Amino acid sequence: MTAATQSASPTPTSPIEDSPLLRPFRLIGRTVLAGFREIGRITTFSGRVLLACVTPVIYLREVLRQCLKIGFFSLPVVGLTAVFIGAALALNIYTGGARFNAEQFVPNIVVVGITRELGPVLAALMLAGRVSAGIAAEIGAMRVTEQIDALLTLSAKPERYLYAPRVIAGILTLPLLVLVADIIGVLGGYLVAVSTLDFNGSLYLRNSWNFVTGNDIWSGLIKAAFFGGIISLMGCYQGDRSKGGAGGVGRAATLAVVGAAVLVLASNYVLTSIFVRMGL
Amino acid sequence: MIDFADKPILELRNVQKSFAGKHVLRGVDLTVARGQSLVIIGGSGTGKSVTIKCALGLMTPEQGEILFDGQLITDPKQLDALRRRTGMLFQGGALFDSLTVWENVAFALLYRDSVGRAEAKRRAIENLAKVRLPASAADLRPAELSGGMQKRVALARAITATPELIFFDEPTTGLDPITADAVNNLIVEQVKALGAAAVSITHDMASVRKIADEVAMLHEGRIIWRGPVSALDNSGNPHIDQFVNGRADGPIQPAI
Repeated sequence: MTAATQSASPTPTSPIEDSPLLRPFRLIGRTVLAGFREIGRITTFSGRVLLACVTPVIYLREVLRQCLKIGFFSLPVVGLTAVFIGAALALNIYTGGARFNAEQFVPNIVVVGITRELGPVLAALMLAGRVSAGIAAEIGAMRVTEQIDALLTLSAKPERYLYAPRVIAGILTLPLLVLVADIIGVLGGYLVAVSTLDFNGSLYLRNSWNFVTGNDIWSGLIKAAFFGGIISLMGCYQGDRSKGGAGGVGRAATLAVVGAAVLVLASNYVLTSIFVRMGL
Repeated sequence: MIDFADKPILELRNVQKSFAGKHVLRGVDLTVARGQSLVIIGGSGTGKSVTIKCALGLMTPEQGEILFDGQLITDPKQLDALRRRTGMLFQGGALFDSLTVWENVAFALLYRDSVGRAEAKRRAIENLAKVRLPASAADLRPAELSGGMQKRVALARAITATPELIFFDEPTTGLDPITADAVNNLIVEQVKALGAAAVSITHDMASVRKIADEVAMLHEGRIIWRGPVSALDNSGNPHIDQFVNGRADGPIQPAI
């Protein structure tokens, strides 16, 4: 819109304004403004979609279908991530702990590390790749083949029929996936500890279970719900905005993954500092 | 035959739209009477699709007014009412590829009118029959259909909610002449059966002669000629003559 009005009214610029020396500053200004515009667009889009998530009509059939797609079919990738991270974590903590004779704390630190931090964050990052890109590509393809316009002409709002079910499914299923990742992650640590570090198996598990608190697990699951919402929202947002054929759909998928991953990590810090302040 | 004294079902007044500083519509005025079939012709990139999308509120014009059934469309509620009473057949069909054929056809029934699935499927199969598709096609996915069949499913979807006005965006593009003729026949038949008005855009002259009551020509963002389909061949308008006879030389520059 602004580009249109600018080019429509060619105002004569003074030589100073047009000076090449000012170009870097103009570029900075333009980038900053574009950044704010993008933040504004994401915020209004998210507001619209979240409103559609909590007000009727909610299409349960679509929500279930998305839960299956986003949640259930992500189980293998989340499980694999968790088992390897748990195993590597146990080895690293054993090595580090050995420097001050604290090898016996491996189970305690693995269980806290997995439930509070690595479970939710790594599951979310894997889903940022798998789910965000998938949603962005699907919605983007619907946009460029006029299916979104077709929805509107059939009086169905895309935020209700397409976006809200995906966001609800993200918020509901990521905590469940993280719960699975917590268990499998601890199991990964257990396998390494028992097989190569000479830990007693039942003692390892008892130490883990006695040490972990409800707060450790809950804080991870609450984070996961936020991450699930962010991942789905970014996919929907970038897909909704895509234009220009196959290239546009590809760009939407890329932007969705990058945006979702960065937002997951940033909000992870914010949420963690809030939890720490609350003593959670 | 057509009662022009009646209030028009659709009216566009001075609609203007530009993209990135390029004016596509420079003031389109158009009226469509009830039950009338109007075809808009014009070269590629003259804004035919944009005109339809502005009328349906899929794009917002910078200037101008859209009136549906005599009422000025100003807020989302009125736009929603407009969309409930209109249908649209998209150029590529725009079928929802995650749904089956019958769910596509019955989409408005399922998601807007909350009709039960069994009843919706029954009515979808009824409508599929109207476009000569067998009930066995109902459970297929759109990707499993040929281009002509997809157009027919899209037509069935557009007529399911019994609209008073249907838009057709290049209904025969990409089809062989025989399939195109069959689609044209179905359009005429179904629009007549509903008693609906139709606004079509096309550059297929065979299609124009088959489905139009009246023809309007869009050129450089304005309607430059309008008349009954019978006047096409002796319009005395050089733009129309060039277009109807498909000549590269004349007042219209080819879009290459």
